[in-house]
Amino acid sequence: MFEIVYKKVLNPTVTLMDIKAPLVARKAEPGQFIILRVDEDGERIPLTVAGYDREKGTIRIIFQTVGATTYKLSLKEQGEYIQDFCGPLGKPTELDGLKNVLIVGGGVGCAIALPIAEELKRRGAKVTSVIGFRTKDLLILEDEFKACSDKLVVMTDDGSYGTQGNVCAPINQMFENGEKFDKVITIGPLIMMKFVVSAVKPTEIPCDVSMNPIMIDGTGMCGGCRLTLIQNGERVTKFACVDGPDFNGYEVDFDEAMARGVMYKDFERHAYEDACNLFKGVK
Amino acid sequence: MAKFNMSLKKNEMPMQDPVLRGKNFSEVALGYTKELALDEANRCLECKNPTCVQGCPVNVDIPGFIKKIKEDDIKGAYAIISKTSSLPAVCGRVCPQETQCEAKCVRAIKGEPVGIGRLERYVADNALTCEIEKQPKNGHKVAVVGSGPSGLTYAGDLIKMGYDVTVFEAFHTEGGVLTYGIPEFRLPKQIVKDEVNKLKNLGVIFMPNVVIGRTLTIEELFEDGYEAVFVGSGAGLPNFMKIPGESLKGVYSANEFLTRSNLMKAYRTNATTPIMKGGKVIVVGGGNVAMDAARTALRLGAEKVTIVYRRSMNELPARREEVENAIEEGIEFNLLTNPVEILGYNNLEDRRDPKNGFVTGVKCIKMELSDPDEKGRRRPVAIPNSEFEIEADTVVMSIGTSPNPLIKQTTKGLEVNKWGGIVVNENGLTSLEGVYAGGDAVTGASTVISAMGAGKIAAKATDEYIKSKA
Ligand SMILES: Cc1cc2nc3c(=O)[nH]c(=O)nc-3n(C[C@H](O)[C@H](O)[C@H](O)COP(=O)(O)OP(=O)(O)OC[C@H]3O[C@@H](n4cnc5c(N)ncnc54)[C@H](O)[C@@H]3O)c2cc1C
Ligand SMILES: Cc1cc2nc3c(=O)[nH]c(=O)nc-3n(C[C@H](O)[C@H](O)[C@H](O)COP(=O)(O)OP(=O)(O)OC[C@H]3O[C@@H](n4cnc5c(N)ncnc54)[C@H](O)[C@@H]3O)c2cc1C
Ligand code: SF4
Ligand code: FES
Repeated sequence: MFEIVYKKVLNPTVTLMDIKAPLVARKAEPGQFIILRVDEDGERIPLTVAGYDREKGTIRIIFQTVGATTYKLSLKEQGEYIQDFCGPLGKPTELDGLKNVLIVGGGVGCAIALPIAEELKRRGAKVTSVIGFRTKDLLILEDEFKACSDKLVVMTDDGSYGTQGNVCAPINQMFENGEKFDKVITIGPLIMMKFVVSAVKPTEIPCDVSMNPIMIDGTGMCGGCRLTLIQNGERVTKFACVDGPDFNGYEVDFDEAMARGVMYKDFERHAYEDACNLFKGVK
Repeated sequence: MAKFNMSLKKNEMPMQDPVLRGKNFSEVALGYTKELALDEANRCLECKNPTCVQGCPVNVDIPGFIKKIKEDDIKGAYAIISKTSSLPAVCGRVCPQETQCEAKCVRAIKGEPVGIGRLERYVADNALTCEIEKQPKNGHKVAVVGSGPSGLTYAGDLIKMGYDVTVFEAFHTEGGVLTYGIPEFRLPKQIVKDEVNKLKNLGVIFMPNVVIGRTLTIEELFEDGYEAVFVGSGAGLPNFMKIPGESLKGVYSANEFLTRSNLMKAYRTNATTPIMKGGKVIVVGGGNVAMDAARTALRLGAEKVTIVYRRSMNELPARREEVENAIEEGIEFNLLTNPVEILGYNNLEDRRDPKNGFVTGVKCIKMELSDPDEKGRRRPVAIPNSEFEIEADTVVMSIGTSPNPLIKQTTKGLEVNKWGGIVVNENGLTSLEGVYAGGDAVTGASTVISAMGAGKIAAKATDEYIKSKA
């Protein structure tokens, strides 16, 4: 059992938690993730390591309530426990040698991007961050990004905060102004990453994406997290949990990944509605 | 002297009705009653030079334990089996006896062999308590990576010899494939739990949710004071055929399909884990894994389940008994057939059609077996222009696995062969001092009993190694 030592609600659907997990905290690096089960019989879900404190032995997770499991988790309070917490999994993001990086985060993807931005800053790199949200109410981690970015641009789709538009607008602008980066790292909804990759492509700056397909074991056993890379014209199967979650954005077959991502939509809506009704009954 | 039962046939295993069982997840084979067991035991001739024992990968004293059944001394029988096998309740259910002990039984020369597997299961299920001898603690610590049959066996042997044993398991539950692969209707999970609990009671410490190579490395285990490490991390990642359409929605690896059903309990109606239900299911492959996936699909409510396999019935690598069970339950077999493409729905008029990207069928080609090569193996070869299509809503790929590279990548100096299997000597020792390995991680996908055998050999070698150091 793993204790929730701190909890903070960031916006109506996004929650931050620090979980006591000393073995995981000892090793975690930016870009890695954990798998948790809220309770006995619960589903295993992957969440990115949004931060870690090696001394206190805690791991920070930031998650959006999208379905049954994240909903159950969001109901847990500080001082309560979760059943299983396994990690760190996946390969850490490659940060060696980077001096000047553009980070593009969208929605909860910003939670995944934050520790990468922080680590780059810690290593003395120049960090430019563009973070985008649908609307002001969904904005998260602005202060945290400000603290670790040399320049921060906040976008909202509806213009209710920051600049109106999607994240591609400011990055196109930066490229037009001739700004250069060693690398672009983008994390967010697949469709956003797809557009960011197309925007970066003409500049030939390397562009990494963080892929979050459906996972079961997260240790390289089930094959459910497979995705296709197109390398030298050949389609190569990779497993996000062991080969990723970061991949070269130019190689990822986004259309396929998006199609696979909606496989269980109907089923999950039911599971979520059931869970909600279940908890309504309890309350 | 009517000492032996000279019937040519083994006593039939009582089974759940094939139609009923296709709709539930309860165990299919119900086990011998005492009468059936005694009667079957009496078919054993107590050979002086028992060939069955040679057929058993761990050389269980088969006539020895059968004799105890005849004397109705179940505990005695269990004690004999336990000397060489650590998971009798499991092996009695899942060993491919027809190619091992029973294949060598003299009674099989004329008629059917003695039902050794069924008798083993009878003993294991009925020997309720059994004293286990345990040596006093010797103060040495060993670590085990993975809690599949190889790791459990290794742990069991060393705890009995007085070692402190810790098993690190990546998952939240123990048992490896016994838990998340082999389905409930063939191996009730309670049996696996009982075996694990026995080890816990003996003092083995289980650490779930620890991925060796990530949470801790093998090097760190040694730093933490473990004097030897056994790697029993299993067969690894599922293979795909690399044919078009494998990433369509509704295509699973057998591992994913079975894990969703077993570990995540998707088979329960109130489960939160999604899995495809209903419709037409095609399972590609012919091993135990394929049979399990097919029979699981049936139980999840599939209208029709078809196995597609590129060789013929004789070459099906699955346990014979499970093939027969599958046929009885109504699984269809499309043999000498190989998929060339998985077909999907693609509405070009409406890109937003929710059916887009889902499987609709499989395009296959007919195969024939070539003339035997030098080794006597007959290769399947495609018959030109024999393509045809089978309808399907779900396709389960069950065509083997490749080793997970994690431990190799994170353990300096650990040698693997060109397929990625860990290289070991005859004692299970790897290229690193104090690091042993066994089971599917070494051999590739194999059997429970050979994994167990490897755990045993490595346990013995570990004991000798640690004593020689002291
Ligand atoms: C490596 C990785 C890192 C992730 N990091 C974060 C994070 O830091 N914060 C965060 O909020 N979310 C993160 N996710 C997504 C998160 O795992 C899913 O939102 C969560 O599993 C949904 O579970 P649920 O039961 O609440 O919703 P469900 O009802 O199961 O599903 C709701 C939606 O989430 C998608 N989904 C369901 N299961 C998974 C799964 N196992 N993996 C990915 N997507 C899934 C479904 O397709 C569906 O669209 C990450 C996913 C991966 C693979
Ligand atoms: C569906 C199916 C049906 C089968 N049917 C039969 C049958 O009828 N008869 C038969 O004899 N055999 C059968 N087999 C094969 C048999 O189950 C395997 O050969 C056997 O389980 C291998 O045992 P093992 O100990 O090597 O590994 P596994 O049982 O695979 O266990 C390995 C364990 O190690 C853990 N692990 C992996 N990596 C790490 C890590 N880095 N850190 C920590 N833990 C890790 C895994 O989570 C797992 O629990 C079947 C297999 C499957 C999949
Ligand atoms: S070979 Fe057959 S008959 Fe002989 S001892 Fe073994 S089981 Fe009994
Ligand atoms: S999640 Fe199962 S292989 Fe990656």
